[in-house]
Amino acid sequence: MRPFAYERPADVRSAVATLGAGTDAMYLGGGTNLVDLMRLGVAEPGTLVDVTRVTPAAIEETPDGGLLIGAGVRNGDLAAHPLVRRRYPVLAQAVLSGASGQIRNMATVGGNLLQRTRCSYFQDVTKPCNKRSPGSGCPARTGDHRNLAIFGHSESCVATHPSDMAVALAALGAVVHVEGPGGARTVPMPGLHRLPGEDPSRDTVLEPGDLITAVEVPALPLAARSRYRKARDRASFSFAVVSVAAVLELDGERRVRDCRIAFGAVAHVPWRAGSAEAALRGAPATVEEFARAADAEVRGARPLPLNAFKVPLAHNLLVRVLADLAETS
Amino acid sequence: MTTTEITYVGSPIDRVDGLEKVTGRARYASEHNPRDLTYAAPVQATIARGEVKGMDAGAALKVPGMIAVIWHGNAPRLAPSDAAELSVLQSPRVAYRGQYVAVAIAETLEAAREAAALLRVEYSEEAHDVELRADHPRLYRPDHVNPRLPADDVRGDPDAALASAPVVVDATYTTPAEHNNPMEPHATVAEWDGGGLTVHDSTQGPTALRGQLAPLFGMPPEQVRIISPHVGGGFGSKGLAHPHVVLAALAAKQVGRPVKLTVTRREMFAVTGYRTPTIQRVRLGAEEDGRLIAISHEACEQSSTIAEFAEQTTVATRMMYAAPHRRTTHRLVRLDVPTPSWMRAPGEAPGMFALESAMDELAVACGVDPVELRVRNEPATDPDTGLPFSSRNLVACLREGARRFGWDARDPRPGVRRRGGLLYGTGVASSTYPAYRSPSQASARAEPDGTFTVRIAAADLGTGARTVLTQIAADTLRAPAERVRVEIGDSALPQASIAGGSMGTASWGTAVVRACEALVRELERTGGVVPPGGAEASAATAEEVRGQEKYARHAFGAQFAEVAVDADTGETRVTRLLGVFAAGRIVNPKTARSQFVGGMTMGLSMALFEESVMDARFGDYLNNDLAQYHIAANADVRDIEAFWVEEDDPHLNPMGTKGIGEIGIVGTAAAVANAVHHATGIRVRDLPIRLDRLVR
Repeated sequence: MRPFAYERPADVRSAVATLGAGTDAMYLGGGTNLVDLMRLGVAEPGTLVDVTRVTPAAIEETPDGGLLIGAGVRNGDLAAHPLVRRRYPVLAQAVLSGASGQIRNMATVGGNLLQRTRCSYFQDVTKPCNKRSPGSGCPARTGDHRNLAIFGHSESCVATHPSDMAVALAALGAVVHVEGPGGARTVPMPGLHRLPGEDPSRDTVLEPGDLITAVEVPALPLAARSRYRKARDRASFSFAVVSVAAVLELDGERRVRDCRIAFGAVAHVPWRAGSAEAALRGAPATVEEFARAADAEVRGARPLPLNAFKVPLAHNLLVRVLADLAETS
Repeated sequence: MTTTEITYVGSPIDRVDGLEKVTGRARYASEHNPRDLTYAAPVQATIARGEVKGMDAGAALKVPGMIAVIWHGNAPRLAPSDAAELSVLQSPRVAYRGQYVAVAIAETLEAAREAAALLRVEYSEEAHDVELRADHPRLYRPDHVNPRLPADDVRGDPDAALASAPVVVDATYTTPAEHNNPMEPHATVAEWDGGGLTVHDSTQGPTALRGQLAPLFGMPPEQVRIISPHVGGGFGSKGLAHPHVVLAALAAKQVGRPVKLTVTRREMFAVTGYRTPTIQRVRLGAEEDGRLIAISHEACEQSSTIAEFAEQTTVATRMMYAAPHRRTTHRLVRLDVPTPSWMRAPGEAPGMFALESAMDELAVACGVDPVELRVRNEPATDPDTGLPFSSRNLVACLREGARRFGWDARDPRPGVRRRGGLLYGTGVASSTYPAYRSPSQASARAEPDGTFTVRIAAADLGTGARTVLTQIAADTLRAPAERVRVEIGDSALPQASIAGGSMGTASWGTAVVRACEALVRELERTGGVVPPGGAEASAATAEEVRGQEKYARHAFGAQFAEVAVDADTGETRVTRLLGVFAAGRIVNPKTARSQFVGGMTMGLSMALFEESVMDARFGDYLNNDLAQYHIAANADVRDIEAFWVEEDDPHLNPMGTKGIGEIGIVGTAAAVANAVHHATGIRVRDLPIRLDRLVR
């Protein structure tokens, strides 16, 4: 591992100033992904700026009934928070479906959003990877991409974003609060993460020095009826093969009044299923209509030879989750 | 001498080293820190075939704390050896991606790793071939398969019998490469002292490791000492010396200081062995009622270009079922891949997946219950050797398992048990493992204070070997177990066979019994009084083992699985797993249960998860960490039970034991696959049974 300096700034401004100075510094949250990447030589920061003591670690109610989740909140605490569990079950379920208890107790909300793909080629410095080493090529596209993208990938990159939490936040329309060298701003989700295009080295729209300080989840009463379902190879401690976060509200005639849907592990971003949502709004809450909505979404998939199974999997998962939500409505 | 009524063999006593382990006092190989210790970080080849042309260590040597870089250009010469894998840094040749081509030695592990990362290795790369195919032009018949069995065996005329059989199953099954992932990675601390070499290592066989290491350094075995009191799992991967041990010893010699080398999880996917992938064609010919006429089982497997490891994939098929016509073959291809080696039940585990899946297909084809089908094909004597079985209780295991599992109520129709979104099914498979025994030696010593010490260079991988040897010794000495101390895990102790082939207890136990018997006789001569200087006796079992009666000795078992398959996602979970085994006398029901359940868990893991993914372009296994290489997690292991039937077999050894370390993994994957078929109607013939094979 390359030697590095470790700094613990006093506040957010000085943290941002440290990174904004054009150094090869990186922010350190729980370290559950970054430290691994440093050991592998994938990340080689000259300085680690530990932000776990400067980013807020509290969950507060916003005046409109939403939640402001500090970027330093540990994943385990987020999932256990009574308001999260009551108002946004999809978020609590998503977080609890990820990693292990030990890792959730270390990992932070900000860091969870910024974790890197688990594509094997990305994690192996002896192999090409456009994300890690721009211009070196993408061996995954013609190699082992069973776990990789079916939506929105490019010639340069077929990686997926591995987070479960981000899928729920994308469905909920969360807003990310960012402090950068130019001051504070907000970035709506989805929209924080970007498709790989020709520059897969950038996972998000954040600029150098930008620090996530909080994630705001808007008031969304219908989210009380929401669900996260993760298809995975083993029953715990594994990344999603495909996951779906869904919020469903029916009217008195059992038609879909409103819905929010996002898929995980299918794209370089948490994949908000706009086509499915559009197809569902106003439709009767029947399995046939749910299947029609799922078809509308997966029609846009461009699977690779080894992950074509993700298309029926995503379809079936969505239908099931919607049917389960409708049944309890 | 104390006499006691207690019989320890058969009692579920606690592990004698349990307290030491849970309190952290048990020290494992990498926890040894001799004075002046240095740290090694190996460098692995990034080509699959070719030569190392040069090494630029300029940047590496500038790392603070850096001591040396060793590669074939400056490495100490080892004695020529047939074991090419162990001729570490002796040649510029690269035989597989991940092979060690250099090592950095530094004052700290961090400095060593940083230096290793900065080394620039120049290669001349050659075209490589890493793909096992059933039609590979370089497939050949090895002279022998592991451990030293005939590669091919043909009885009768299987082709003609298959051509005329009323019912035929003809299917090809594949199992992927799989890697052992013991909790404790391989680790070595090597130290030279006055010309001798001391190695703290995590090994399944101190005597065997010494025997492999000493000649490489041109020394008699007595000048090498292997110390390995505790081993955090091995499963076969610590049974043979792997290159890291030699590399540590060689590096320590070069720098003149002790060297610690801890193999990383990632390195383990290249340098510490793995289970070969297999392609197996099974053909069964049977009468309408399921009685077998012909069995043909042909396996293709791989080894590296520098070592021939030919796994005995189809050997169990030679003695499982009665059939007048039979063919079992092995074909090997030498590829530019890492060298495969032992992984829990090499041969039986992948081979019985194929055979027992095919038996289930035959049961379906004949409309015969799968338990009944196996009972109908029970042989009277060993179909392979013609010898009588010392004991064979497969049928008893099947019947007892069926009773406990509730098999009799089973509706054979596939795909009809849906509850909620889940499809349920049940499956059965037979299990077996040979009961081997190897020569070993032991000593037993009595002290005037009434305590005893038994010494043997055995190994406890977490199996409970130290505990069961204590029980065996205490019974033979007729002494309380608290007064018997068993010392193992050191090559300076009387030499012993390895902890492998499920033969540890049988081999070591025999030597311990004989040594203790000799001590008892010695003490009888002195009227039961221990002389002031103590009394000691020893025993060697080579003659006894060689002269044992001619019998076919095998343990048997039956595995029953219930699965729930998500109809939407294809996710398969094993909701119940029940095994019944006939494995001779059970010395310690507590540790034995752990062995059976552990093996079954590993079998569940093999069924559903484990697969090392080769990228043919690069030539290495891609998923080389525990986030990508999935082994069963706690949540995957739900209702799991192991039972055994009583066996009183006088033809085995003084304890009446058969091995129990491996049989638990044998047949599990087939039982799960058969249950998946029963649940879904989909026959999965390629492991692992992941959701992509089932989602529709």
